[in-house]
Amino acid sequence: MSPPGTADLAVDRLTIRFGGLTAVDDMSFQVLRGEVLALIGPNGAGKTTAFNAITGYLAPAAGSIVYRGTRLNGLKPNQIAELGVVRTFQKTNVFAGLSVLDNVLVGLHLRATQEPWAILLGAASVAREERALAAQALEILHFIGLGARAGQLAASLPYGELRLLEVAIALAAKPRLLLLDEPVCGLNPAETANFMRLLARIRALDITVLLVEHDMKMVMGVSDRIVCLNQGRIIADGTPAEIRNHAEVVRAYLGTQRHG
Amino acid sequence: MDQLLQHTLNALILGGTYALLGIGLTLIFGIMRVVNFTHGELYAFGAYMMYLWVMLAGMNFYLALLLAVALGVLLGGAIELVLLRRLKDADIDTTMLVMIGAWIALQNLEQFTWSGVAKSITTPFPAAPLVMGPISVSWNRLFVFVVASVLIVATYALINRSKLGKAMRATFQDRETAALMGVAIDRIHTATFALGSGLAAAAGALLGPVFVAYPSMGDLASLKAFAIVILGGLGSIPGATAGGFILAFMEELGAGYISSGFRDGMGFLLIIVILIVKPTGLFARRERIG
Amino acid sequence: MRHAATVVLLAALISVPLWMSNLYVLHILIMTGIFIIAAMSLNLLLGFTGQLSLGHVAFFGIGAYASSLVSLGFEVHLLPTWQVGLAAKPVWLAMLTGILLAGLCGWVIGRVSFKVRGAYFVIVTVSFAEVVRLVALNWVELTQGPMALNNIPVLRLGIPGSFEFAFLRKPANYYLVLAVGALAYLLIRRLVYSRAGRAMIALRENEALAASVGIDVTRYLVLATFLAAGIAGAAGALYAHYVRIVDPEVFSFIYTVTMVIMVITGGKGTLAGPLVGGLIFGLLPEVLRAFSIPPEIQWVIYGALMILIVYFLPEGIVPALSRWWHGRRPQDDPPALAVKSEAAP
Repeated sequence: MSPPGTADLAVDRLTIRFGGLTAVDDMSFQVLRGEVLALIGPNGAGKTTAFNAITGYLAPAAGSIVYRGTRLNGLKPNQIAELGVVRTFQKTNVFAGLSVLDNVLVGLHLRATQEPWAILLGAASVAREERALAAQALEILHFIGLGARAGQLAASLPYGELRLLEVAIALAAKPRLLLLDEPVCGLNPAETANFMRLLARIRALDITVLLVEHDMKMVMGVSDRIVCLNQGRIIADGTPAEIRNHAEVVRAYLGTQRHG
Repeated sequence: MDQLLQHTLNALILGGTYALLGIGLTLIFGIMRVVNFTHGELYAFGAYMMYLWVMLAGMNFYLALLLAVALGVLLGGAIELVLLRRLKDADIDTTMLVMIGAWIALQNLEQFTWSGVAKSITTPFPAAPLVMGPISVSWNRLFVFVVASVLIVATYALINRSKLGKAMRATFQDRETAALMGVAIDRIHTATFALGSGLAAAAGALLGPVFVAYPSMGDLASLKAFAIVILGGLGSIPGATAGGFILAFMEELGAGYISSGFRDGMGFLLIIVILIVKPTGLFARRERIG
Repeated sequence: MRHAATVVLLAALISVPLWMSNLYVLHILIMTGIFIIAAMSLNLLLGFTGQLSLGHVAFFGIGAYASSLVSLGFEVHLLPTWQVGLAAKPVWLAMLTGILLAGLCGWVIGRVSFKVRGAYFVIVTVSFAEVVRLVALNWVELTQGPMALNNIPVLRLGIPGSFEFAFLRKPANYYLVLAVGALAYLLIRRLVYSRAGRAMIALRENEALAASVGIDVTRYLVLATFLAAGIAGAAGALYAHYVRIVDPEVFSFIYTVTMVIMVITGGKGTLAGPLVGGLIFGLLPEVLRAFSIPPEIQWVIYGALMILIVYFLPEGIVPALSRWWHGRRPQDDPPALAVKSEAAP
């Protein structure tokens, strides 16, 4: 049974087409406040495409996306981020040429308020805020577990830590709804377990999470609800227990393979 | 009305060579994504080669023309091999900067070799123009038009009918897949650059005797070539062809009816307007050449 | 350490007119200084924001012409019956006008660039500069065309009527250029080490990611071009009131190329890069001239140098020197944006 609560994100009849190909077909689902919802489905099912539409990187052909009463259709990615909806990307996406700390500092953009004219005039408030931001950035890095890496070049980080850095950057932007696109893709079991603990800490901050993942063990372990897609359509929507035994899901995605 | 006919004729003739310039660049820009600042220098090179072989070496005009184009192809291939090979996977900014460096070096070498004085090249055509009723055209320009048209058709055939052309088109559409299918990407790049440069040299070799050869003639040619490529859509040969004629028409009409001072400005205004209104160009189909 | 070096450098620069008696050398330094200011502004756009704008000389020229025209006064017929004119204004006001007008043009280009990116943006900017040059060349009524604007007045500061200082002689102009240069450096430095500067750099590094954390791409592109154009306009205004003759050649593409070379070889995206690059390519022509090397060969050398730097020192001289000085590997030495002392873990 879905926990009672208000719908933070309401995706209604979302349809996305690329030329003649329908990547997402009449998709409707909701993400309730405070929950962790996972989108699963085989490759090409439309998960990342849906993410791209929700966060403003793609224009849907039809349907509406509403977050806490505000319609997201047609907004630019940065405007959607201002509303509190922040995403990570499927392919590793950091500011490779900057230090780890600076990566997070960039993420803190929305939390800073200094205007260009004040910056150019060298106002004291700017320096004060810069110090505060640096402290906040370090705090976030410690929360994630990358505190020791602050001064290092982002490009020099091993893969597992890069994925953590991505989440750190997203957290810096003060999300109330966090969209994670395959966050544990390519991570080993230890790193995945670490990430699941991190996710629990993120939940404790009252952040709603929408998750796309292939790792079924992780999905079953962290999600309150799961929505399963296949070929652009939703084929199942329910708790992990319900999904695990859902015939169509098993057929479309889990197939005959057993995932841990 | 007669004036209009004359302008139209002039535009047709000029348009043919502009089309050559544009096709050459759209191949390079489209396939290799190189902002080729040396394109204009190959144009100047073609003109200067004509000067060298016809005026200084006394060679037959037509032979010199063939030689100028051949040398242009070779120079283009050399530039790609020496300068661009290393930058295969570099971003567009880096290759652009290298091209700027090459452009400066080439142009000043040309200036140093030939000095800044404009050079004229004599042609084997009669000086008296061919008069057809109200309009007249010099034999020289007629020759230019014919050769340009032949070259345009030949390039079209090469790209669309030949094996090399097919490989080029495949590389343009999807480099990785083309490589997987056995296309030698490196060689295609060299061939493309050489071909594009050869077309620029041909345009210069044709127009050099019509006007004069001077060291900075390449600058305007480069900018106009970019205008044509943008007008016609990146990688589209029909687009570049049409673009060449459209630019020539706009220049002729602009110079004739507005102000001759802004003749060359038409190209740039065109670029700015097109890029603001329809950045993909008039004829761009989704990423293809041919 | 860093502050001490800056103070020493500034002191050295300030002292130059006191012991440099060779006016020609002083002239070279003034011209180099003007170009360095322009290069710094280009670096803001090209190096920090990652926009390859090859029309930068347009802003330089607009600053020069606008400042000159306002200080000389002008009268044009926009239509045969509609005359527009302006009486001559004090030079300091003219310079400010030049800076603002250049900045405004930058603002427009910035808005346009949002629609048009990558290689297309390069071409738009080059075309813009060419159009401006052709306008300056052909709108003779306003600009005197190739006959140039002459007798441009020098900057005068003070109270007219009683005490007034005219920037007529070279040492005075040297200090003026140094002051403006230092100010430009300071402004850029403040910008870079701030949230706005980080946004611009983020744009350069990874635009999609920057947008996902709330950075408004258009806003910061426009801000960058506005500021860069304004500073270039300031350089142009300085040029106009020092050389006191301005013709359409001031819009030549070759000056853009010179600025690009200065920024790239010095180190794009670094604060010191344009200074080093500017010094080298400001003084190099003189050195080469001393060896009787013809100007064309000079340019061949510059072109070759640019290619070599792109191949072997792709980040430019300053980062390479900085790494060598600190003896570290590339991954240990990222360009730090944060306020250094407080952030060091």
